Amino acid sequence: MSVAVAKAKSDLSGPYEREDLLNGCQAVAQGVRLADVDVIAAYPIRPYTEVMDALSKLIADGQFDAEYIIADSEHSQFEIVKHASSVNARAFGGSSGTGWMYGMEALVVTATDRLPPLFVVGNRALDDPGAFGVEHNDAMAIRDMGWLLCWVTTPQEALEHVLIGYRIAEDKRVRMPMGLAMDGAFLTHSQHMVKVPSVAAAKKFLPQYDLAERRLHPDNPISVAPQVNEDWVMELRRQNWEAAKRARGVIKEAYKEFNDVFGNRYSAPYYFDEFMTDDAEVVLIGIGTVAAPARTAVRRMREKGQKVGYVNLRWFRPFPTVELRESLSRFKAVGVVDRDFAHGSPDDCGILMHEVRSCLYPAKNRPAIVNFMGGLGGRDLSIADTQKMFEITQQAVKKDSMDGFITWIGLRE
Amino acid sequence: MSTVPTIDYEKIKGVHKIPLEELYTSGHRTCQGCESATTMRGFIKAAGSRTVVTGATGCMYVANTSYMTTPWIVPWMHTQLGAGGSSAVGMAAGLRALKRKGKIKDEKINVINFSGDLGAGDMGIGGISAALQSDYDLLIIMYDNESAANTDIQATGSTTYGAQTTFTPPGTKHPIMQRRWKKNVAGMLAVGHPTCRYVATACATFPPTDYLNKVRKALSIGGPTFIHTYDPCPKGWDYHPRFSNELGELGIKCGIYPLYEIVEGQIIYTWDARKTGKGRIPVKEFLTKQGRFDHLQEEHFTHIQKMVDEMWEEWEFPGVAPIKGILKARI
Ligand SMILES: Cc1ncc(C[n+]2csc(CCOP(=O)(O)OP(=O)(O)O)c2C)c(N)n1
Ligand code: SF4
Ligand SMILES: [Mg+2]
Repeated sequence: MSVAVAKAKSDLSGPYEREDLLNGCQAVAQGVRLADVDVIAAYPIRPYTEVMDALSKLIADGQFDAEYIIADSEHSQFEIVKHASSVNARAFGGSSGTGWMYGMEALVVTATDRLPPLFVVGNRALDDPGAFGVEHNDAMAIRDMGWLLCWVTTPQEALEHVLIGYRIAEDKRVRMPMGLAMDGAFLTHSQHMVKVPSVAAAKKFLPQYDLAERRLHPDNPISVAPQVNEDWVMELRRQNWEAAKRARGVIKEAYKEFNDVFGNRYSAPYYFDEFMTDDAEVVLIGIGTVAAPARTAVRRMREKGQKVGYVNLRWFRPFPTVELRESLSRFKAVGVVDRDFAHGSPDDCGILMHEVRSCLYPAKNRPAIVNFMGGLGGRDLSIADTQKMFEITQQAVKKDSMDGFITWIGLRE
Repeated sequence: MSTVPTIDYEKIKGVHKIPLEELYTSGHRTCQGCESATTMRGFIKAAGSRTVVTGATGCMYVANTSYMTTPWIVPWMHTQLGAGGSSAVGMAAGLRALKRKGKIKDEKINVINFSGDLGAGDMGIGGISAALQSDYDLLIIMYDNESAANTDIQATGSTTYGAQTTFTPPGTKHPIMQRRWKKNVAGMLAVGHPTCRYVATACATFPPTDYLNKVRKALSIGGPTFIHTYDPCPKGWDYHPRFSNELGELGIKCGIYPLYEIVEGQIIYTWDARKTGKGRIPVKEFLTKQGRFDHLQEEHFTHIQKMVDEMWEEWEFPGVAPIKGILKARI
């Protein structure tokens, strides 16, 4: 281990100052430090809590300076973050599962107020019954509210997306809250070696937060969110709609700028990455840490000459409609992996399936498409599971019925 | 505790000394005779323009602050019904961090939230409790019109016993539906937060200037502070709008609404309704001037009078905390 660390350290240069063994939560905390966040509001719920534990220790040790507030509930926590953001302080919050839902009212108004704090969501199954493991319905609950929402798959990406997230959210053309989601346990609590950027490099990439004409301060005596009724809500919704659309362009810019400062870390189209898809006929698309077993399955199946690939969807809001449509319509069949549920929805699919299918509807070449429900409540999705999903998707190429359209993976029956 | 020295406000001695500058002006749509509007106008007069304000959902948002016709000259933001305390903490924390890091000028900026009795006293009580445990300079004003007025007058935890509201209509089987005794919000918050240095009750118009000076006192003492105001509401209490001030005064004089401030743990009665002080007028004189009590029967008046007398004569801290003494220890 120490040899590996020493070797890795010698590779460091320029924008990165050291390499640490960090889990997803600790990596996010480092990102928050590097973003020079002004106000943090904390409330405990597994698995995201360790982000807040790590931050309080950084503050206690004088490694960075922020107001750290222990809130009395998630509703208060999120309202504190929202109002700190309104006075032009960079603010940070987060939660998981049922805690995220408890503060939902505050999450909604943060978006409708067009304020850009960043929240981490350590994805967790919703109660009842209690479960600590990952499921994506918590973060997905904000998907239609005017939030930016992306998933990361490694601690390195988690750290970097705190910086990237604030960069996009605070952009004058966007000003939307940023949801940074990561799979509970599989990412929040798995350790990797993480290259930690230097303060100078972080500062170079991320400009100061400036709410400008919308900041609440005695020198700028505005009224924010007065009652509008039917007179103006349509126009305001339209403005939020346009901001969400504009965000797509700003996301691209942000990654390009990030690459300029940190070396080519991310490649176009940024909203998603593809693995071995160049000549692929069949792909799976999923969100979060299922990428790891899926990529291994791809490698193994490739060794047997099977033309499979994997698409990891990073940005869910705004949804990369055009790019994903173009990409997926190259394939003969697409299997959509949902770590969430949408009971009673069309064809009883998961949320991601609905989004992908709707995205593909106008495509000239529509691939066959099947849906997988798996890994709910934190159940492991193994290499064998993903391999099975590939096989089912391969069969879908020839099928013209909806039989076997949806498969629950790893279900005890 | 606070990072910035508090402002030394001058005490307002008499109505002629009330600042002329209006920071809450035309544009609101509150009812004629709305005492809560006077509460708004007063606190911001007392605090001055170097202030940021949040207002929780309720009449003082919906009827008060409409798009394109805001009455607020100071920076103002809506906050959610139960978010009064956390909105103040968020703003105070943000401003403190920005000042400390040199991102904005280091100067005193008042942070004030107002929330109604349902918003502050019921839904947001946890958030206000947390705010009062903090070390931020902030003031929370709970304007109490004794109902969820904005949603058409429903009973809250602060509604007077016996009152008719849309959730508590008198009926043939149950002559009164409002059978909860008014929640003791100011007393509860004072007792529960040992490091909070200022808690007061007030009424915008009685005694004259008392409320304005309480706002100033809270802001100069600093740290997290709380003021509960008693706001007659012509629509909810059912009386002619011209009598708002008089009803506030009667409510205090009959002792049903105790008027005091607690400064660093010391109670000061700003209207002393104890027998040893100014004494009390009968509660019935106050109740019978409001339509919301039209259905009360003699036994109800007697009960309310008994409860009020108990507040002033049997509580260890009269009108403030419902503790009646210490029983001999039985081990
Ligand atoms: C979370 C939430 N629940 C319910 C409402 C509906 N609502 C709006 S104003 C209001 C009444 C508020 O009463 P109070 O705080 O006493 O203020 P008032 O209207 O009396 O001024 C209610 C229940 C809301 N806005 N938000
Ligand atoms: S209903 Fe009562 S509190 Fe609301 S605006 Fe009218 S008088 Fe004021
Ligand atoms: Mg009320």
